[in-house]
Amino acid sequence: MFIYGGDEANCVKSENVKTVEEINRKIKEGSAVVVTAEEMKNIVEELGAEGAAKEVDVVTTGTFGAMCSSGVFFNFGHSDPPIKMQKIWLNDVEAYTGIAAVDAYLGVTQISETLGIEYGGAHVIEELVRGKEVELKAKSYGTDCYPRKEIITEISLEDVNQAEMINPRNAYQRYKAATNSSNRILKTYMGTLLPNYGNVTFAGTGEISPLNNDPEYRTIGIGTKIFLCGAEGYVIGAGTQHSPPFGTLMVKGDLREMNTEYMRASVFPGYGVSMFIGIGIPIPILDAEMARFTAVKDREIETEILDYGIPRRGRPVVRKVNYEELKSGRVEINGEEVRVSPLSSYSIARKIMIELKDRIRKGEFFITQPVSRIPVKSEFKPMRQREIVVVKNVMSDAIRILPDTSIIEASKIIIEKGVNHLPVTDREGVLIGIVTSWDVAKAVAKGGVERVDEIMTKRVITVSPEDPVELAASRLERHNISALPVIDSKKRVLGLISSEDLSRLIAKR
Amino acid sequence: MMLQLKFDSKTVKEPVISQTALVKKTLINIIRASVGAREGELVVDVDDERADEIIQFIQSKGVSVTKIYKNIVKDEDRCVHCGACISICPVEVFSFNGEYRVVAESEKCIHCGVCVGVCPLQALDLPKI
Repeated sequence: MFIYGGDEANCVKSENVKTVEEINRKIKEGSAVVVTAEEMKNIVEELGAEGAAKEVDVVTTGTFGAMCSSGVFFNFGHSDPPIKMQKIWLNDVEAYTGIAAVDAYLGVTQISETLGIEYGGAHVIEELVRGKEVELKAKSYGTDCYPRKEIITEISLEDVNQAEMINPRNAYQRYKAATNSSNRILKTYMGTLLPNYGNVTFAGTGEISPLNNDPEYRTIGIGTKIFLCGAEGYVIGAGTQHSPPFGTLMVKGDLREMNTEYMRASVFPGYGVSMFIGIGIPIPILDAEMARFTAVKDREIETEILDYGIPRRGRPVVRKVNYEELKSGRVEINGEEVRVSPLSSYSIARKIMIELKDRIRKGEFFITQPVSRIPVKSEFKPMRQREIVVVKNVMSDAIRILPDTSIIEASKIIIEKGVNHLPVTDREGVLIGIVTSWDVAKAVAKGGVERVDEIMTKRVITVSPEDPVELAASRLERHNISALPVIDSKKRVLGLISSEDLSRLIAKR
Repeated sequence: MMLQLKFDSKTVKEPVISQTALVKKTLINIIRASVGAREGELVVDVDDERADEIIQFIQSKGVSVTKIYKNIVKDEDRCVHCGACISICPVEVFSFNGEYRVVAESEKCIHCGVCVGVCPLQALDLPKI
């Protein structure tokens, strides 16, 4: 609060509080003290929060990472005769046009209909920003007011009326890190994950990331002016899936002012297209609390490492971890040192912080008071589904045999019971192998084999009773087999799920 | 120095690596091996200073030898320094420098090619030997 004694020049402050207007006045005069979030950590350590709040006016923050929930709204203008676009493609990448006649939204992850995941919406956007032309192809059913049914033409950014980047979810405050307990390589949106906890990947820039420096969203809110891929953009709300402290932002900015240094199309092998988006947000240091917030350190920013080896929504937590550990390049998992890859670029995030700092110092960029706050509490709900069918609902009884069962005995069981798969277990029912009717037939034809443990498959592919049937189906397909034993956590056989069980399920639906 | 050795249907049956190690009294590190019934290919690492005499010896056994100069190449215009390659490389070719920029120590490269398929910016290339 201010208590004015006499004229404004002699104002006396009861406590150290600044307003956005005052800071903007200083920016205009060229006297504002602007530092990056990186520099602010040391300043607060040296001067304390009170002292730093007196000294510093603005702290710049930055992030640069793959942000799939991004895209551009275009208005192409009208052709002659006019067309009401029903379907539209830019360089063979489809955009959404279920709105007015020549408006469309091109999402960055949409893939090319001819090139597949090698080329997508992000690439079209990058080419346009680089000044190139792209091919526009549209189709329609034709109306009295929009008679044209098809158009093919070339467009560049100069030709369109609007090209507004509007990103529903950007600038994740923090993100769950990823690893992989399974025995195969996983290609994910978190990068390539090596088998048996071979590596860890993480996203986000930690202590310099915008929302971590304003964790109560006091200064970042609706209407906050930001740096978006080189352009002046705005926060237009909380992002989708906003769930503090995993906060997100919805942002917009004019594509025509953007620069490919701060936005890049990317392809995550085996997953698809995304776009690296650069965001910088200036944080006004209104008081000591804001100074303390912007002093946040990587070690205070916690997240979890999740196991992507389990293909479920509820991926198990492998361990808790903070950004300092992640950025060190190595973390410990089950007593072993595992190497870590970031997926966001600290180097470009830093460049953004410095660029934004320079723009503010030169008086080219002013800060804003949010028009409205974004929620500090918000829930991220799972999808409501009609039903989740799990393996135990559809599995059949398994006919188990012991390893010393003779081949003759096994062949009798197969014929009498009309089954094709016999899990081999010990006396406690613990799985040790599996034989199929084909294995038995082969053994009979060849001769010289006595017991089933001589011919059984020992590395058995299995599922858990609580796994969704979709997972069982994908395992059957991936390994080109027709049944999976269902086992509990102690490897005891509870049943068998076969392709026939799955066909029955689909026939019922 | 890394060498690429190509074995034909005759030489693939001979213990050429052991002979070289014993006769030349040198250590040979097998980096990559693909050996079939009729032919084989190895990538090995040998002592830089004695590379020439080792190459001569291996060639005398009928095995063709090519020196590997072309290691992994990073396109600096494409790279955004995200670091996706860092934890993937089995021999830690990639690391951050003081400025958080990804640098490649290409001389360590063993030509496995895993990083090429991992880079989201397609900034890595492994030239043909």
